[in-house]
Amino acid sequence: METDINSQDRKDLDKFIKFFALKTVQVIVQARLGEKICTRSSSSPTGSDWFNLAIKDIPEVTHEAKKALAGQLPAIGRSMCVEISLKTSEGDSMELEIWCLEMNEKCDKEIKISYTVYNRLSLLLKSLLAITRVTPAYRLSRKQGHEYVILYRIYFGEVQLNGLGEGFQTVRVGTVGTPMGTITLSCAYRINLAFMSTRTTGEDTGVTYPSVEDSQEVCTTSFSTSPPSQCVFTVTKAHFQTPTPVVTDTLRVPMAGLAFSHQLSSSRLSYQPAALGVGSADLAYPVVFAAGLNTTHPHQLMVPGKEGGVPLAPNQPAHGAQADQERLATYTPSDGAHCAATPSSEDTETVSNSSEGRASPHDVLETIFARKVGAFVNKPINQVTLTSLDIPFAMFAPKNLELEDADPMVNPPDSPDTESPLQGSLHSDGSSGGSSGNTHDDFVMIDFKPAFSKDDILPMDLGTFYREFQNPPQLSSLSIDIGAQSMAEDLDSLPEKLAVHEKNVREFDAFVETLQ
Amino acid sequence: MNCRSEVLEVSVEGRQVEEAMLAVLHTVLLHRSTGKFHYKKEGTYSIGTVGTQDVDCDFIDFTYVRVSSDELDRALRKVVGEFKDALRNSGGDGLGQMSLEFYQKKKSRWPFSDECIPWEVWTVKVHVVALATEQERQICREKVGEKLCEKVINIVEVMNRHEYLPKMPMQSEVDNVFDTGLRDVQPYLYKISFQITDALGTSVTTTMRRLIKDTLAL
Repeated sequence: METDINSQDRKDLDKFIKFFALKTVQVIVQARLGEKICTRSSSSPTGSDWFNLAIKDIPEVTHEAKKALAGQLPAIGRSMCVEISLKTSEGDSMELEIWCLEMNEKCDKEIKISYTVYNRLSLLLKSLLAITRVTPAYRLSRKQGHEYVILYRIYFGEVQLNGLGEGFQTVRVGTVGTPMGTITLSCAYRINLAFMSTRTTGEDTGVTYPSVEDSQEVCTTSFSTSPPSQCVFTVTKAHFQTPTPVVTDTLRVPMAGLAFSHQLSSSRLSYQPAALGVGSADLAYPVVFAAGLNTTHPHQLMVPGKEGGVPLAPNQPAHGAQADQERLATYTPSDGAHCAATPSSEDTETVSNSSEGRASPHDVLETIFARKVGAFVNKPINQVTLTSLDIPFAMFAPKNLELEDADPMVNPPDSPDTESPLQGSLHSDGSSGGSSGNTHDDFVMIDFKPAFSKDDILPMDLGTFYREFQNPPQLSSLSIDIGAQSMAEDLDSLPEKLAVHEKNVREFDAFVETLQ
Repeated sequence: MNCRSEVLEVSVEGRQVEEAMLAVLHTVLLHRSTGKFHYKKEGTYSIGTVGTQDVDCDFIDFTYVRVSSDELDRALRKVVGEFKDALRNSGGDGLGQMSLEFYQKKKSRWPFSDECIPWEVWTVKVHVVALATEQERQICREKVGEKLCEKVINIVEVMNRHEYLPKMPMQSEVDNVFDTGLRDVQPYLYKISFQITDALGTSVTTTMRRLIKDTLAL
């Protein structure tokens, strides 16, 4: 549609739309990095902060956005889209959101480019900052780590909403009217988080990106407070090269560790390296950046894990086994059953019931992916541990029967000669009673490796404790031997005590008289 | 010119009051703050840069964005704290509301004081609920988080209607439109007040707090 826009205004508008599109992509991608974003206000304009907002530029993201745009601008029928998807460690992926920057034919010819449009674009970016924290994918992205990562993809052209599943919802961020059409920014986000297994063939060629040395246009905008007819608007451009990218603290992704988020608690996955894009705009890029690493080399943080087991960090193999035990421990109390049972390989989806019954965006976060992994089935070591924990020492019992005769606890040494017949009878009961408390010692532990213990550091420390705990010594006060002994002694000392009391009989009589 | 009025309602647990109010107020002020103006000799001006930062709530599953201005944050926290205390001390059903009012000053001739003409008022009505079990509290965390997400979407929708905004002022009149007292950002002139109401809706305690940093306040 031909308008009366002059060429200077047209140039300015095109520039504003171009940089607005780039900043939009930056805001969206940075909001899905999984970290809190913080930028500083500056009372003095720096000249490189478009729309008077401090939004950092991640070079790779700018590079991808420019590649997707390929010199074009969002126009009627040509939208710029940022697709946010989730990819699990097993290679399953799912689209979560599509952010669309579109242009429609509704024009506002009266609007001032350099002033009103610019300020409204700035307001729209602020709204985008707020809205990106509010869609369901934000909370998912904050918890990304070992189990899944969040990826982004930028494309230009027709909006493709098919991958969002049924019943996706849309939120409009805002609109800005211009003489060339109305810019609209919106987000369509998935509601149904039921997992679709779309495994990608992982071409894991870690892509290295060349450091982007791009010329960046700078806008310094001055606004006039004079009446519109005398409006003075100066725009200066400066070209300079972006410095070598430096990762700031805000881009660091916390290592999620081995803890489960409650939303994905049933998916214990053996992780495989994330498939990285191969430099084409059609492939997705991980939004996960490693701490302290140059951002020109995005890559996966995770390493190949054992099959059916826990992902290992490359330099700490012991922790993998440790983690298995920990995982075992976490499931014991919740199951209420023995550890021997394969913990919670649930293959049902659970959906938390909203008490209000309304489908709000966050109800579906409780839907758990359907994953079935038989944990520990390939680990004979742990199986042995499981079995031993199941019925303590049972598997060792048959081996040790032949050792019973030699076991001093089972056959106690002969009692010493009794000094009095009374003592002897009492002692004999004690000896038989003594052995009754030692039935547990019929099983002698050989080579017992209890769960959770690290043999290399303190050998058999936990095993020793287990054994002692299972075979506690008799309490001395409850021992019949000692009880029998003291009674015998009492009886023996009675005649002496009687003699002493007889001597003092007169004192006793006098005492009794005082009482009467 | 009519004053635009928007009303939001939230039901929260006692310990969530502060964070819920701050989330709403900061989201509104994010949209109603610009960088500092620097006027130049020829009548033009340039605008400073506004930074933003994410704030995670401790008692609500929610994150909001605010402008990076500690001064502004402190001012809001102060008044929200007073509101929370008033709610707690009221002993009533836990009903109250805060109002964030954007206004312009209109110079009047002596001896009359300047007029404050509001052009946008945001009212947040709060209903405090008491919960008995930890499970209920956990559900409340999530539910209030979802509700605040809806409120943010509502706020953004209003903001992007591009309805009346005060004209950009000349240097001599900037203090009639903007709060220029902050070091790093420049919000539109605003004031925050709150009321505690009983179940019938009548005002039991009316407390007005003025947060005018303008040196011309009389």
